[in-house]
Amino acid sequence: MPNVTVNPTRMELTRLKGKLRTAQRGHKLLKDKRDELMKQFLDTVREVRSLRAEVEEELMQVHSSFAVASALMSAQALEQALMYPKQSVELTMTFRNVMSVNVPEYDFRTKTQSDSDIYPYGFAATSGELDAAVEALGRVFRKLLKLAQIEKSAQLMAEEIEKTRRRVNALEYVKIPEMQESIKYITMKLDENERANTIRLMKVKDMVLKAAIEERRARDAEAAADRG
Amino acid sequence: MAATYKIAVVGNWESVMGFRALGLETCPASTPEQARNEIRRLAHEDCAVIYLTETLAKALPDVLDKYKDELRPAIILIPGREGSLGIGKENIQRAIERAVGADIL
Repeated sequence: MPNVTVNPTRMELTRLKGKLRTAQRGHKLLKDKRDELMKQFLDTVREVRSLRAEVEEELMQVHSSFAVASALMSAQALEQALMYPKQSVELTMTFRNVMSVNVPEYDFRTKTQSDSDIYPYGFAATSGELDAAVEALGRVFRKLLKLAQIEKSAQLMAEEIEKTRRRVNALEYVKIPEMQESIKYITMKLDENERANTIRLMKVKDMVLKAAIEERRARDAEAAADRG
Repeated sequence: MAATYKIAVVGNWESVMGFRALGLETCPASTPEQARNEIRRLAHEDCAVIYLTETLAKALPDVLDKYKDELRPAIILIPGREGSLGIGKENIQRAIERAVGADIL
């Protein structure tokens, strides 16, 4: 259905044509963006899935070794052992731009450098199972951070893809057809005006001719009368 | 940007105590309400990653939705001591559905 508010003028037509060209170009670009984002997103998601499965499994093992440790020690002793951490972690966050989506990249720095120096308790009062559990957790931690990074990236990318997809569809199925319709309407209207004008000119020409002929005839008749 | 952030773990005491040894900030929370408050506080402070146990996450879908599109914090679900509930995996699935419009994997 043509947009009724559109003015069928030449200026409007030029304006609309320019708009349509921009829209088509934007549509193409957004489509490319969507496709590329989708590709990256699917790669990320595949990675997230496998990493998550791994992490979950390892965490469950860690949990069970903690369960063993807590079975061997009293709750108070356990709490006391873990009360004051020796290790501390500082996280730095930088951003990477993937197809105009800012995705975070985490990097962490630990206070103590070696992995074996993280036990915040003396070994005398705690069971060996706790050491094993803490060590295992330390190993999972790297993966856990990587998981955080890519899972957040996936979430942010999903949002961006959704937005881009909507824009592409809005352009493709609403804006561009609407403009094409308007352009067609204006062109037809202008052509119609053109034809009306031609017809009017022909009519006027006819009338002028007719008047001239009449006049000529009248003059001829007068001349004939004068002679006769 | 080289600001430093914290990493926090929210969950019941048994599930989070181990993380304390690693130097992460642990926030024991036994009820969803406590967890909600903790997360709000952590998000307000400079906390970039929050690990939340699935058991608590199940009761707080609104909190997850709220921070889903924010750059910080990233709320990542981890299985608690009770075992994995599959919510973490489900969330990935939801992200795919959101992006693609259909479940394709």
